[in-house]
Amino acid sequence: MGNNSTMEEKFEWIREFWRYKELLYFFVWRDVKVKYKQTALGALWAVIQPFFSMVVFTIFFGKLAKMPSDGIPYPVFSYSALVPWAYFTGALSSAGNCLIGNSNLLTKVYFPRVAIPVASVLAGLIDFFIASIVLGGVMMYYQIPFTWELIFWPILVLPLMFLALGLGMLLASLNVKYRDIKYTIPFGIQLLLFLTPIIYPISIVPEKYRIFILLNPLTGIIDAFRCIVVQNKPIDFTALGISIAVIFVFFVIGLSVFQNTEKKFADLV
Amino acid sequence: MFNSVVAENISKKYEISKFQKETQFRDALINFAKRKLFSNKEKTEEIWALKEVSFSLENGEIVGIIGNNGAGKSTILKILSKITYPTSGKIKIKGRVASLLEVGTGFHDELSGRENVYLNGSILGMKKKEVKAKLDAIVAYAEVEKFLDTPIKRYSSGMRMRLGFSVAAHLDTDILFIDEVLSVGDASFQKKCLGTMGEMRTSGKTVIFVSHSMPTVENLCPRVLWIDKGEIRKDGPAVEVIEKYLLQYETFTMQYSMKYDFRNFFGREGSGEINYTGLEFLDTAGQRKTIVRSGDNLKVRLFYEVHEPVSNPKFYFTFYTEKGARIATFGSSLSGHYINQLLPGNGYVDIDIDSLNVMPDRYYFSFWIVGDREKKYFERIEWCARLDVEFSNYYKSGKGIDKEFGYVFIPCNWDFHDEIISEGHLNQENSR
Repeated sequence: MGNNSTMEEKFEWIREFWRYKELLYFFVWRDVKVKYKQTALGALWAVIQPFFSMVVFTIFFGKLAKMPSDGIPYPVFSYSALVPWAYFTGALSSAGNCLIGNSNLLTKVYFPRVAIPVASVLAGLIDFFIASIVLGGVMMYYQIPFTWELIFWPILVLPLMFLALGLGMLLASLNVKYRDIKYTIPFGIQLLLFLTPIIYPISIVPEKYRIFILLNPLTGIIDAFRCIVVQNKPIDFTALGISIAVIFVFFVIGLSVFQNTEKKFADLV
Repeated sequence: MFNSVVAENISKKYEISKFQKETQFRDALINFAKRKLFSNKEKTEEIWALKEVSFSLENGEIVGIIGNNGAGKSTILKILSKITYPTSGKIKIKGRVASLLEVGTGFHDELSGRENVYLNGSILGMKKKEVKAKLDAIVAYAEVEKFLDTPIKRYSSGMRMRLGFSVAAHLDTDILFIDEVLSVGDASFQKKCLGTMGEMRTSGKTVIFVSHSMPTVENLCPRVLWIDKGEIRKDGPAVEVIEKYLLQYETFTMQYSMKYDFRNFFGREGSGEINYTGLEFLDTAGQRKTIVRSGDNLKVRLFYEVHEPVSNPKFYFTFYTEKGARIATFGSSLSGHYINQLLPGNGYVDIDIDSLNVMPDRYYFSFWIVGDREKKYFERIEWCARLDVEFSNYYKSGKGIDKEFGYVFIPCNWDFHDEIISEGHLNQENSR
């Protein structure tokens, strides 16, 4: 098998992926079912993490530290960002470990390997959906009006999904060879929580440093999620644009690394 | 007729780094630094799991692959299944492939039997509709109807194996690769599996079957490939290849063997003027038998060596089941042979058995030689040889040849005489 694949071969994987779409469905179904089987609270777990984060942040950052929140009640301010954040971190952790976690399949059966990280990333959408409903409840409690812009809420998930997928594929591929990569994920997530305007608004970051926060692909998106909900300011399309561009780069890198190392997975895992 | 599976010069290399295996990123960094600072030539040891392996299968062919552990059999299957890729060489496959490298691939403990059938079926390449249509058949074959909705973590290993094999048995693909999946499971289910695999032969599937069980391979595969240390040692008719393979074990091993060397037997009794030196199980033509089935003809060849002249030696042997039930005793004098005297030297005697009418089982042999006074043994070696007798379809009904019916079977003919005999009243199940 030579290393120079023709144009056709490069897109052959898309055709194959489509052929295996049912298997992808089964992987997602399996991940979702297994997550909630034998749990006491079932689907409630989807809500608890962002919700309790919101409660704790409201107490410590909102009330005690008196963090400004652009004029919005702090609970809504933080929760509207925490819901997409929870989806992203869940999807990234799950995608980052997906190859090692499915090692028994990788060594016994053929299927397009990309189905595994894609399934991890899709499985988290159910939780996202449930947590979003709770967000609706929080909004009603604080009498935040529902506007037509909320249509964009589910659409904004797409770039978030591609970021989790791109980074996830990159990390998963590295993790197969170097098992300690998986420890960087929780650590990286902790850092990202502070590097993304979730607890704080972008406005408190001084102008000259704002560019660094904006380079974080999550910034533009999370901020957009929040804007849709609370309507305190128009969506910052520049920030969003930067995010999407950075996400695109990460996705392409992640996908290439994944496809280049795919053939060795069964040997290394 | 076309080639459905072709392997061209497949080679597979694994590298083992002499430096500590870099499974941690920090080690990779350290090694990188070591290489830069000390300009160490990287010492990587290469292991060639496969070397220039080539073969091709025609549509509908069934081939067995045998070889010692580590020879490369599973590696070939993995490459053919596109799970791993060759270092060099090409594979060409025409048709839908299903690989059974393990039973119950993808089974998840928390999911129920039913859910796992769908999952496993999908993993093996069945569409959801297909699984749905065959679900009842799959469950019935596996005999797990009652437990279908229990999580499979509650299943016994036998149940898991049956369910896994059942899904695979209902696959509808042109090509099937199977890697020794039948080792778990009780005897009755193993027989069922073999029956299913036999059916595959008639349905025209192309099959590659890797196994350590020579009788199974011989029964199912007309053609066999012997892989040794990454290369094909022999590729040809099953009986030939298996025999060559077994000849590796000339020196005594208590594994599957049709030839025994008694010269250094530990635990022999007797005065020793004459000893048994060896044993071979042969067919009537004098060729080594590779498999003995119920009802087969069998030639037992006993080699002996005479050290001092003996008069009137009588040769005996008996065989027992594993539990010690004595099936039959053979004796030269019992059959009317009298030998006046034997002088020092070597010789052998052939005992021809027309039809070994014992049930499939494992039997152990004891041999002795007595002289004039019955109490005096020249030679006595006990439980020193083993013979596995395999199933045969003696009655052509597929039934009746089984330990549960007794130790032996006695061929007979049934003749009904009934006042009311109409055409449809009595019929023989099997038409001859």
